[in-house]
Amino acid sequence: MSLRSPLGRVLGTGSAKDGTGHWWAQRVTAVALIPLTLWFFYSLLALPALDYSSVKAWLALPLSSFLAVLAVAVLTHHSYLGTTVVVEDYVHGAGLRVATLLTLRFLYVLFGGASIFAILRVAFGS
Amino acid sequence: MPVRARPLSPHLQVYRWQIGNSLSILHRMTGVALSLGLLALSYWLVSLAGGEETYAAAAHVFASPLGLVVLIGWTFSFLYHLLNGVRHLFWDAGYGFERTQRHASGWFAVLGALVLTVAVCVLVWHGARP
Repeated sequence: MSLRSPLGRVLGTGSAKDGTGHWWAQRVTAVALIPLTLWFFYSLLALPALDYSSVKAWLALPLSSFLAVLAVAVLTHHSYLGTTVVVEDYVHGAGLRVATLLTLRFLYVLFGGASIFAILRVAFGS
Repeated sequence: MPVRARPLSPHLQVYRWQIGNSLSILHRMTGVALSLGLLALSYWLVSLAGGEETYAAAAHVFASPLGLVVLIGWTFSFLYHLLNGVRHLFWDAGYGFERTQRHASGWFAVLGALVLTVAVCVLVWHGARP
């Protein structure tokens, strides 16, 4: 006789509560970041100079700002997934761990949001 | 009842240091370093949106000796995390588990990242464009 509830058996996520969701999201974002980060890195290297006008003119191009927003969003998510595991591994004590994870999550939304907002300001010229 | 020291399962320090665990640790360390780099990326983008003066101030920070060292560190971290990340994706797909394959791909990731980092530095130093 199984002691697992019918719902638990259907969800199939086991004792970790979220199954392979975290692991899979880490891989999906990793694959997406291969072209996105290579594009970003190469674009910066290919600019005639990294002065204000060159960088602004490049980032204001529709394709650049669009891909930059995607890159920042996926980078932020991938980095959040990774550092969450690091915190879970090394920060002990339930209270401190929850506080650290919560702070980390807020910081990611704050800085990711600021980056995307900045790109949009450059793109739509304000 | 006296409390005796209980036997513990073997911990990290009893294992011989080798390429597999070193590169695994390096992958995590570069990942954390790159996460800190996101803060710098955010600062750089916000300074760009802020206008010419704030951008010049940020550029001044990045062009300082310490700024350059950190930027080179992030360049290596990015290239290594990318190459070793691809190595991990191959493992996830079920390939490259043989001893010789693991060692070869590991050396490829770490040496490839070093060579590419030097290449990027030379390129930027000489003002050349890819």
